[in-house]
Amino acid sequence: MRYLPHSEADRAEMLKIIGVGAVDDLYRDVPRAAYNTEAFGDLPNQMGEMEVDRRLNAMAARNITAGSVPSFLGAGAYRHHVPAAVDYLIQRGEFLTSYTPYQPEISQGTLQYLFEFQTQVALLTGMDVANASMYDGATACAEAACMATRVTRRKSVILSGGLHPHYKAVTETLMRTLGLEYETLGPDPLGIEDLSGRIDKTTACVIVQNPDFFGRPRDLTALAATCHEAGALLVVAVAEPVSLGLMASPGEMGADIVVAEGHALGSGTSFGGPGVGLFATRDKYLRQMPGRLCGETVDEDGKRGYVLTLSTREQHIRREKATSNICTNSGLIALAFTIHMTMLGEEGFTRLARVNHANAVLLADKLAAVPGVTVVNRTFFNEFSLKLSKPAAEVVEALAAKGILGGVPVSRFLPTYEELADLLLVTATETNTEAQMDAFAAALKEVLS
Amino acid sequence: MTETFTGNKGLRLEEPLIFEMDTPGSTGVDVADPATDEIRLGDLERKSAIGLPGLSEPQVIRHYTRLSQKNYSIDAGFYPLGSCTMKYNPRLNERMARLPGFSDIHPFQPVSTVQGALELIDTLADWLKKLTGMPAVAMSPAAGAHGELCGMLSIRAALEARGDKRPVVLVPESAHGTNPATAAACGYKVEAIPGDARGRVDTKAFKERLGPDVAAVMLTNPNTCGLFETDIIDLSKAIHDAGAFFYMDGANYNAIVGRVRIADLGADAMHINLHKTFSTPHGGGGPGAGPTVLSEALAPFAPLPYVVHDDRGYRLVETELDAKAEGTEPFGRLKGFHGQFGVFVRALSYIMSMGADGLRQASGDAVLNANYLLETLKDTLTPSFEGPCMHEALFDDRFLKDTGVSTLDFAKAMIDEGYHPMTMYFPLVVHGALLMEPTETESKETLDAYVATLKDLARRARENGAEAFKAAPQFTPRRRLDETQAARKPVLRWRPEEPVQEAAE
Repeated sequence: MRYLPHSEADRAEMLKIIGVGAVDDLYRDVPRAAYNTEAFGDLPNQMGEMEVDRRLNAMAARNITAGSVPSFLGAGAYRHHVPAAVDYLIQRGEFLTSYTPYQPEISQGTLQYLFEFQTQVALLTGMDVANASMYDGATACAEAACMATRVTRRKSVILSGGLHPHYKAVTETLMRTLGLEYETLGPDPLGIEDLSGRIDKTTACVIVQNPDFFGRPRDLTALAATCHEAGALLVVAVAEPVSLGLMASPGEMGADIVVAEGHALGSGTSFGGPGVGLFATRDKYLRQMPGRLCGETVDEDGKRGYVLTLSTREQHIRREKATSNICTNSGLIALAFTIHMTMLGEEGFTRLARVNHANAVLLADKLAAVPGVTVVNRTFFNEFSLKLSKPAAEVVEALAAKGILGGVPVSRFLPTYEELADLLLVTATETNTEAQMDAFAAALKEVLS
Repeated sequence: MTETFTGNKGLRLEEPLIFEMDTPGSTGVDVADPATDEIRLGDLERKSAIGLPGLSEPQVIRHYTRLSQKNYSIDAGFYPLGSCTMKYNPRLNERMARLPGFSDIHPFQPVSTVQGALELIDTLADWLKKLTGMPAVAMSPAAGAHGELCGMLSIRAALEARGDKRPVVLVPESAHGTNPATAAACGYKVEAIPGDARGRVDTKAFKERLGPDVAAVMLTNPNTCGLFETDIIDLSKAIHDAGAFFYMDGANYNAIVGRVRIADLGADAMHINLHKTFSTPHGGGGPGAGPTVLSEALAPFAPLPYVVHDDRGYRLVETELDAKAEGTEPFGRLKGFHGQFGVFVRALSYIMSMGADGLRQASGDAVLNANYLLETLKDTLTPSFEGPCMHEALFDDRFLKDTGVSTLDFAKAMIDEGYHPMTMYFPLVVHGALLMEPTETESKETLDAYVATLKDLARRARENGAEAFKAAPQFTPRRRLDETQAARKPVLRWRPEEPVQEAAE
């Protein structure tokens, strides 16, 4: 087996030194009833590289890749061009095959990029401080809700109807687990819900997505003020980080905690995972923040260096009193995010955001001209909702049959709301050409006629 | 001459932060002109600069290449970090995960266009079920601790479904910190049960504590001392007799994969760290994946989403409505989208490469290597418990008694010798613990060189005293870092030298 260095002679010699006759003898503490001396389970034996390559290629070939057809999918996962340098750099073995940086003297590479990552996330979100990443946007959102209950010592959380249904579900699951209360508003495709009116003295936080799940950018300034008057926090979730290149940051609008999904920068969509959760907050709430933090310090020679710090919040020190049970997070995806952001810089990133928005404007106008289509939002970043003359789920299937991945039906997430059955979420990014948009509009016209 | 003008020392290169390398207006990505200048954001356009530095592509490549060279890695050397399973990460896995058919598919494409992706998840799930003998597996947990949450929430849901409120979870004192943290996150009161003198749980103490208030027992097996829990079947029977569930922490599954079916041990749930046992890269701290196998009693409560397969092909059960149609009662959802798909591809690539025979050989070699270390180091270091061990060997700091050298000093001296240290001060149940996990992908030559090095270090500690150890490491990009200062005055981000005036409201 190509990954196992021992020869049979090595094994025999090592067993002799240990003083047992066979490897099976080393398992003598395993109850005999549970120990198998032979392979079991009717499973295939080892394969060479070529055979594995052949079989997995066959599976991969049964998927239609977004890059091979016009694709306008979003709903929390956005396809962007990732520069070649990003994937090269993250595959360097020193990054790929190292562990969590517990030995800082030989992990300065990881620690320094985490420090850069934390700084980038703080700048993008308009917050003071960010952690070294969470699993994904949805889990970061749930952790933010828990953190708000710790900060305010209140038990109740309000979830906007514009929050991504997965963020909502993950947050609700964790709230139930902890015996906390939550109020979830119904889906809000028109952006008319009244969140301020529901805040009271028991409210720990309000969680709202921007742009919301239906693509609408929201001015959260007034909501933030209402939250703060009532002693509650405002948590803002960002599903498309590229939007931060063109839109006012959540921090500017008064957010107290910002969470985001970061995979859109640096990593492909990869069927939705792995992602990377961004998590940022105000300095004053630092001690209640979950997850790993990297901090600057000096070594014995007085040289600047970096370490994991404030670990007294964490499970390996605090055990059952920790701020979260999180241990492993998403280091390599955070690295991809950091490298992609570094490559873009201020100029590239803000320009990328403008191109996304411009393409969405172009697409919205082309689709609005299709009979049977109404663009629901007048404002958006790179994603918007369409109201169709037919059920969106059927339309999407018909478009797929024509070789177009034409958006995500809202009913896929919210199947019990009949009034949402004709809503379709459509996204344009820098990867979409005008020819693709025309093909989409033409196909949609045929499907709806 | 020991100091240089640049601060560089040959290949050891100093590197500033990207924020200190800013050329305003410079970029490493050429983005086309926007198709239109029209803005439809309402009045929500960003009015101030973000503050990101500008670098060109070659500068970015050099910067991160230099950073990478400040890291130790499995690719470069022996990494015997106990309880972390730092085995070789095959490059085939990386190539497979980057096939466009896997990397460039969207989570919300129509399921008819991603049948291969669902087949991949289902195939991996099938392997995990057959290897563990368990009837179901929840694939979505993102890491080990997340898998613990999945298992414990399944247990809670099963208890609630039978109207049984039980407030307590028992964990052994030797447990990894995530176990009590997870139980607490699930709203349970955590009680620690002491171990016995053999490095196992005190079965009698556990049995005495079991009762109608105990919801579950969380137990790592092989345990954090690197030993198999000999009474485990007896204990799992007692747990079930008391009406409780048995969560087995699968952090150390690499020792027994292909040899022990955890169903035969009586476990109700166990997470599997794909980034340990199944070779997916640790990536400097993630992403991992923690699929969690579940018993018949817990299976109906597995979280959304999951894949089902019938004559119509593969389907995704994504919503409560879908689940109702399938007759299950998910406790909720743990993660956005459909789990750590890219990690699944890598794990399946590894599993197919190894096969049933290779996995069995791997666990055997992992245990062989650990026992070889235990045997060859037993007269130099001080083993905490008698062998045979499983895939990791535990020593304590008695061998350093009266030398003035601590476990930490010893570990830092290993760094100068070119090794990543073992896990230190964990488990907490022995004094000054040194926990070594060699894994199966290390050769006998590597182990022999490592043993010779540790023997020489131990000799130097005895003969030459502590001074040199206290000064280690000497040859690293940074020497010991001041962690107290880092925590006392946290600097968690870069800020410009000159304070920027806040924009007037």
